[in-house]
Amino acid sequence: MLHTIIKKNSYQDSINLMLLTNSVSTMEGLNKVQIMMATPANKDIFNTAGLHTPELEAAESNDMAIVVDTDDASLIDSVLEKVDQYLKDQSISNKKQSFETVRTWDKAVEALPGANVAMISVPGQYAADEADKALDRGLHVFLFSDNVSIEDELRLKQKAHDKGLLVMGPDCGTGILDGVPFAFANVVNKGRIGIVGASGTGIQEVSTIIDRLGEGVSHAIGTGGRDLKDPIGAITMMDGIRALENHSQTEIITIISKPPAEHVRNEVMELLQSLTKPVVAVFLGEKPEQYVGNVYQAYTLAETAYIAVDLAKGNEVKPDYNAGDFKVENTELKEGQHTLKGLYSGGTLASEAAILISDALGLGTHIKNEEGYVLKHEGHEVVDLGDDKYTQGKPHPMIDPETRSKFIEEAGADASTAVILLDFVLGYGSHDDMASALLPSIQKAVATAKEDGRTLHVVATVCGTKNDPQSYDGHVKSLKEAGIIVKETNNEAVRTALNIVGLHVEDNQKKHVEGEKSGKEFDLSVSDEIASLVSDRPRVINVGLKGFTDALADTGTQFVQYDWRPIAGGNARMAKILSLLK
Amino acid sequence: MKYNSMDEANKAVIDKITGSAPFLVDVVPAKEKVKELNEGKVLLHAGPPIKWEDMTGPMQGSCIGASIYEGWAATPEEAEKQLASGEVKFIPCHHVNAVGPMGGITSANMPVFVVENRTDGNEAYCIMNEGIGKVLRFGANSQEVIDRLKWMQNVLGPTISKALKLTEDGLNLNVMIAKAITMGDEFHQRNIAASLIFLKEISPYIVQVDMDDKDRKDVIQFLADTDQFFLNIAMATAKAVMDAARQIEAGTVVTAMCRNGKDFGIRISGMGDEWFTAPVNTPQGLFFTGYSQEDANPDIGDSAITETFGVGGMAMIAAPGVTRFVGAGGFDDALATSNEMAEICVSQNSNFTIPTWDFQGACLGIDARKVVETGIEPVINTGIAHKKAGMGQVGAGTVRAPKECFEKALEAYAIKLGLI
Repeated sequence: MLHTIIKKNSYQDSINLMLLTNSVSTMEGLNKVQIMMATPANKDIFNTAGLHTPELEAAESNDMAIVVDTDDASLIDSVLEKVDQYLKDQSISNKKQSFETVRTWDKAVEALPGANVAMISVPGQYAADEADKALDRGLHVFLFSDNVSIEDELRLKQKAHDKGLLVMGPDCGTGILDGVPFAFANVVNKGRIGIVGASGTGIQEVSTIIDRLGEGVSHAIGTGGRDLKDPIGAITMMDGIRALENHSQTEIITIISKPPAEHVRNEVMELLQSLTKPVVAVFLGEKPEQYVGNVYQAYTLAETAYIAVDLAKGNEVKPDYNAGDFKVENTELKEGQHTLKGLYSGGTLASEAAILISDALGLGTHIKNEEGYVLKHEGHEVVDLGDDKYTQGKPHPMIDPETRSKFIEEAGADASTAVILLDFVLGYGSHDDMASALLPSIQKAVATAKEDGRTLHVVATVCGTKNDPQSYDGHVKSLKEAGIIVKETNNEAVRTALNIVGLHVEDNQKKHVEGEKSGKEFDLSVSDEIASLVSDRPRVINVGLKGFTDALADTGTQFVQYDWRPIAGGNARMAKILSLLK
Repeated sequence: MKYNSMDEANKAVIDKITGSAPFLVDVVPAKEKVKELNEGKVLLHAGPPIKWEDMTGPMQGSCIGASIYEGWAATPEEAEKQLASGEVKFIPCHHVNAVGPMGGITSANMPVFVVENRTDGNEAYCIMNEGIGKVLRFGANSQEVIDRLKWMQNVLGPTISKALKLTEDGLNLNVMIAKAITMGDEFHQRNIAASLIFLKEISPYIVQVDMDDKDRKDVIQFLADTDQFFLNIAMATAKAVMDAARQIEAGTVVTAMCRNGKDFGIRISGMGDEWFTAPVNTPQGLFFTGYSQEDANPDIGDSAITETFGVGGMAMIAAPGVTRFVGAGGFDDALATSNEMAEICVSQNSNFTIPTWDFQGACLGIDARKVVETGIEPVINTGIAHKKAGMGQVGAGTVRAPKECFEKALEAYAIKLGLI
């Protein structure tokens, strides 16, 4: 049975009416419905649909015609109601993005003409090309991507240096530019300590301790892990140091690296000793015996932060910040229960643990890296779960607890395990609540040991600040409540663990000696581009992972999101043709 | 002429487009301008070349209607027999300076707009818009359709022709398009503002034409009722302008996009007349009651020449009235669409500024390289025909040009230049 409703002089756009028709059609009990303006052409369409009625025929072009085919006449009122409601409520809800998204470099540069940094997180095989394009556009590069060849790294860094630009990375996990966290970084107070670091979690550990000690960071420039190796020769590190030397708000310069190539180390040291500002340096694996001139070399990351803070506050620098009382009550161990298992998500934190443990074991301060193990000696193990071996096709352990859970449970089942050492790295990029994610397997491991008549000790450190997206205090609290020993720094955590198994590290009491100037003249000037990078707020083109824009948005940073895809969808032949058609 | 780089060649193409001066100068029977239509039974069709047996329903339906209209056949059955036997020769509209909407079927006696591009002196032609509903371009071919076509041939066409002759030098189409784009038209899905501007420009001359009063009233009424009347003028305009740009014979700017229901075809500036084709997609959109996506014919028609010219789907943001054809979205989706299209274009046309886009110019010059590089396929606003002949229009929506066409064009160009 056909029912016709004519709304006189009620003009609606045809698209609106099609949408309305679609919406009304979903009501139950209707065989067919059509809503259109009653124009002659539309009357034909009604006719074709078998919905032509005399009332419709009498209607005019400016009348809205609703024709319903239904056996239940009582439904007509609800149809009308639905139509009225729809017409009243036509505004379409929209989730407005507050930032612009582009798909090409040209549009990215057009959308943010003042951009000065490109943050690149595209797959490794494409990363060098994209970094090249960024440099060609006069942008500094924060290259998060890994798997870039050393040849490409050298070429990019030389090109950047010649153009007065900085390439941070490849494999640059962390950076803070004028308070803006880049990639995996914490929300650290702004202040007078500048950092240049060839280590992501190293920067995170040092910068968060500085923050918790009440000081702040001007910039933390990541260089990528290979910067101080051959053949790169610390190109980015040295330009970064010059940048901070020229940055008036930076009073203390801090540098962080794993063991560099010998000649590179010497050159960096010479540069540092020619600076006008005090410097704190940590080359993980070196156990310094003295402070030389303006350069205060530290043994651990924590010590690095403590020296920097004392220098900033104008306090006297102490001979040693590492020693202390690391005793824990009630730590009986069963016979044969004597090993440490360091299960780390932070590579540099793992290395630091390996150095301290090998030092305590009288093996020197070596870090090795075999299958992700930075230490494996007589049952003692420190593993970097962020190593490529564990992250092939899987998220990083700072994001995904799965691999670490497995290791924790295995360590718990191992009768020799006395202590499990863990890091909880907070900040942008990291898991929302790693404590809750790992606690079940920690508790399982503890329970397994207990069934076996052992007390398993778990010592942890939380690398973060109170302003991080995750709650620092909440993490510490929930870990402590679960019976985990939580320490302020990784250094303290490792020494506490060592103490439980009756080991300890002897520390050097460092004396301050006069610096020996090398006589070599260093040019300490920087390009305008680098000067403006450290004096202004960064303006960022984020090429790749959209998640990295959270920190930019939260800090009110100007940025544009470049939704990158491989050129020509990864079709190599088309990519070649495109490169030829220039 | 030699260009030092692809960008330089593309710039030359763009300059041709922005510098063009299209004027609507006349309406004449197609056979007067297209000599091929005088050589036996010949029909023009939309898209790249296609054979009768490969045509989809609506195009075949149009052919049948045109055969009856031309008096070659008395019944649809008779027409179909002729068409299937190879008695009728088919030529793409594009090969004879013409473009045709949907089926694009154009026969000798159908009146066509004549658009002259004064900068290059070239012309382009397009049949007149028949209105909506049961119309030949969507494959309908009933007596009512034929009668309307006859009326257009005998009354509408000659009247507009006479009126245009009373103007000083035709109607300046750049001016009309510039005005209408600020009034919410994008010239493919929506032409109501431009159609009104046309009526405003032409009616003072129509009233001066010596003719029967009833016919005059019918003509004015038809123009007043036909919201899409300007679409066909816009198509001829775009064709005239893009054909002139094609003479640069270098660069990677897309100079034509069209579809025949089977294949999508493009031309690029560096490859002259050559078509690069790939199977067409089927439009997605909103349907009249009783019809659904299942009834939709694959993409068809030369009207994508408007997108080639930088309007239509490329200028989605200009036409808030039609934005909901982009999925179920609203204004922000239209904005996103135009922003996305800007990514694959060389430039923006300062002749056609869009108020809802902060007065940015309409997109201009699709660069086949950018399409391939980004994988962003040009979006086309289009009517949707029923896949069966004679059923006519069943909805409207959007469709994407397949990127394979652009890949083939670039590959051929690289070979032509000896690069691979």
